[in-house]
Amino acid sequence: MTSMVIDKGAPTRAVKYRSVSRDRTWALRWSYFFLVLFAIFSLVPPFYMLITSLKGSTEISAATNPWWVFHPTLENYVKLLTSNQFLIFFRNSALVSILVVTITMLISVPAAFALARMRFWGSATLATGVFLTYLIPDSLLFLPLFKMFAVFDNFTGIQLINRWYALVIVYPTLTVPFCTWIMIGYFASIPKELDEAAVIDGASWFQTLTRIFIPVALPGLIAATIFAFTVSWAQFLYPLVFTTSTDQLVLPVGIITTLIKGDVYNWGQIMTGALLGAAPPLIIYAFLMDYYIAGLTAGATKG
Amino acid sequence: MVDVAFQPNGVVAARATRKRSSLRTALKRKSTAAFLMTLPLILLIGILVIYPAFYSLHLATLNKSMQHFVGIGNFQFLFNRETFWLVVEQSCIFAISAVIFKALIGFIVAHFVHNIPAKGQRKWRGMLLVPWVIPPAMSTLAWLWLFDPSYSAFNYTLSFFGLGPISWLGDPNWARFSVILVNIWYGAPFFMIMYLASLKSVPEQLYEAAAIDGANWWQRIWYVTLPMMRNIIAITTLFSLIVTFANFDITRILTAGGPLDHTHLFATWAFKVGIEGSDLPLGASVSLFMVPILAIAAVFILRDINKRGNEAS
Repeated sequence: MTSMVIDKGAPTRAVKYRSVSRDRTWALRWSYFFLVLFAIFSLVPPFYMLITSLKGSTEISAATNPWWVFHPTLENYVKLLTSNQFLIFFRNSALVSILVVTITMLISVPAAFALARMRFWGSATLATGVFLTYLIPDSLLFLPLFKMFAVFDNFTGIQLINRWYALVIVYPTLTVPFCTWIMIGYFASIPKELDEAAVIDGASWFQTLTRIFIPVALPGLIAATIFAFTVSWAQFLYPLVFTTSTDQLVLPVGIITTLIKGDVYNWGQIMTGALLGAAPPLIIYAFLMDYYIAGLTAGATKG
Repeated sequence: MVDVAFQPNGVVAARATRKRSSLRTALKRKSTAAFLMTLPLILLIGILVIYPAFYSLHLATLNKSMQHFVGIGNFQFLFNRETFWLVVEQSCIFAISAVIFKALIGFIVAHFVHNIPAKGQRKWRGMLLVPWVIPPAMSTLAWLWLFDPSYSAFNYTLSFFGLGPISWLGDPNWARFSVILVNIWYGAPFFMIMYLASLKSVPEQLYEAAAIDGANWWQRIWYVTLPMMRNIIAITTLFSLIVTFANFDITRILTAGGPLDHTHLFATWAFKVGIEGSDLPLGASVSLFMVPILAIAAVFILRDINKRGNEAS
């Protein structure tokens, strides 16, 4: 085409185009090569979990190729899923996570609505403050919280240490600040005309929230819910500190404290337990990847 | 204007003479309602975040039985212990090297994902983000099993290349390496996804203009991509620095601080001293050493937020 339009510049141009496209294909090949490399790096541990979980105990201690399973068996799964203990861990984890998600949403959605739409004294400071509390790590707070719960027990007689519901009280400190922050961003992006129209039609504040804001910001709400669930499902430090007896443990701590007995590692069952523990977030991720990523990125791109 | 419109139905119907006072009550009501809506949030943060943070300051000044005030005695005790300086050293090595590698790998991978045709990007992104989705306690168990000295999959693979069995978690230097490796594996996807989002927002015209000016790929990255992504790189790095500095799960499960306390971070050592050694005040003083880095990061993040707020308005 080009050679027909301009005679003189034709050869050089054609060469240049070809080299550019050749560069492109090479860049593409390199991209795929490195992506495969990184994907292998990312997927080796979960793959290895799966492989090990399908092995019997004799195959694990045999000196065969560890990367492949020669006699697949489901005995680990059967053993774990019929063990009362493991089911209790699973129930505790599920109970704690669902309660925490509910509490988080009940606290953070109205707060985000108020901070995004109703300006009041100190609201801007509060919004920034909420975000800063997200930066305070759990590893700074677990010791004073432990002591506070012990003191609380002394005064009121309500035992919080070594009870799973203590986790329901503590986890919102990890989820609420970030969820509020995400929801402020989503609510603030809703055009003001929308809620003004609703108010003119005679809607109360509560109605504007439930009829306008929550439906419109539903993607943000889902993202925040997923975030809260993942955080409370994965949390390890607080349950390790606050719960000790086996009927109060949640999944991550339960697997580590009950399946590892001294120096004896029952790897088949440990890997099965870890895989089952990783399953709920993975399943949510597989089906709601876009919301998951939205929740992840929203907080930081807005802040 | 808006406030008038926000009045409830009954008040709107009221006479014009009462309009001013009702306006005032409406205003009052609006801020009261807003305050009530944020009250649970304020209470939660006040009681379970702010108060414990200051309470740990108080705890750090008590003796082990929490009966006597010892002032800065706990800190003096820490400064004289060799383990403490090991922890400081390891925390800095761990956090800085892990964050640098996470940022680098995240940047490189984000570029590769951005390079390939848009159709396949979703699939690759999905695969590469898996380490971030698995709860770290669970995936670290898989790493622990991969590092296992006798039946280890890594040593098995290395033996084919004639490389001797490596004591991944037994040798202090290898243990430090392993802990950092697992942290990079877990955290790099986060950087990747953040950078990918910001790469997509760089206008294509800038690259076209650079290409017309004869910029090669390196110059395009250095003069176009990096300046456009500067904000997101800064904020992600700060975030990650905080999280990595305060990391607990990975080190706790892989090495529990060993061998010879060489992989202890502030968090794991505070746990060991405070909960396992039941010396809460000393543990609290250990964890307080995380505050300076948090404060520095918070200042930078706050500045960034304020700057953006000003740009928006």
